[in-house]
Amino acid sequence: MNRRSLATALIVVAVVALFAIPLLLDGGTSEYGGTDAAVAEDLEAQGYTPWLDSLFNPAGEVESGLFALQAAIGGGVLGYVLGRLRGRRPAQEAATPGDAAA
Amino acid sequence: MHIAEGFLPASHAVGWTVAAAPFVVHGARAVTREVRENPESTLLLGAAGAFTFVLSAIKLPSVTGSSSHPTGTGAGAILFRPPVMALLGTVVLLFQALLLAHGGLTTLGANAFAFAVVGPWAGYGAYRLTRRLGGGLLPGAFAGMVLADLATYVTTSLQLALAFPDASTGLAGAAAKFLGVFAVTQIPLAVGEGLLGVLLFRVLTVNARPELERLGLLSPAPLPAPGGAA
Repeated sequence: MNRRSLATALIVVAVVALFAIPLLLDGGTSEYGGTDAAVAEDLEAQGYTPWLDSLFNPAGEVESGLFALQAAIGGGVLGYVLGRLRGRRPAQEAATPGDAAA
Repeated sequence: MHIAEGFLPASHAVGWTVAAAPFVVHGARAVTREVRENPESTLLLGAAGAFTFVLSAIKLPSVTGSSSHPTGTGAGAILFRPPVMALLGTVVLLFQALLLAHGGLTTLGANAFAFAVVGPWAGYGAYRLTRRLGGGLLPGAFAGMVLADLATYVTTSLQLALAFPDASTGLAGAAAKFLGVFAVTQIPLAVGEGLLGVLLFRVLTVNARPELERLGLLSPAPLPAPGGAA
């Protein structure tokens, strides 16, 4: 494993740890409610009534699905772009032999 | 950072919409100009939009026991300057307001101002400052991503404080309260987003070097050093 892949692996581990450790530390006691919802509830508790509701209000499971769809579209496009950019490399590298170690 | 539908008084909703609109229009023109003049940018523009799309779809847990969204707007701001993100960010917010009941049409202006205007500009500023101080592309990307995320949530807190000042402690008290909900939870998320940004730019420096050089993020390599680009 060269230094570059090692650095990549360490960054990935750090990102996972950053979000996994809070989950492990509290032993499942937190609800992890969204901050957006917390503020909305706080305002309603103070007596504020929203003067308009969302036009389309998906049920919980449908909402999760639509969030997953958003992530999937984003991930798909990002993967497509990075794949295309990566795909240009072998042709360039073939022209400059000696740089085979990717 | 999504202020829910109907949660801003009408005057604030209109005010923020008016404030955000010129940035979004300017952003739309910046995107069309970029695509027309540099068609080879289209791929990277897609990557920048997709990056925000993924990151803002994911709710991440934080040490405070709450969860929140990253923003992902820093990457596009660093690559193409902030105006481009005013459009791309607003598209993301519109998607979430219409399909996910996250945010809303009446609060789209305020949310766009925080997410698609202030966040990208703050991130771009942090990136430029890091480069000016001699930092490389990756430290700059890290600083830019972190600041874009944090600045978005600070802006949301201030917008809410303006609309709902505390009865006894006023604007400052309300700001402190909303910052307490948003900003503290957001710190680990912003750091995580910074690390993801570093990963993205590491991939781009290897695979999209010509584009990064053209956009002025990397200076052209002096001469192709044989076997050196590891």
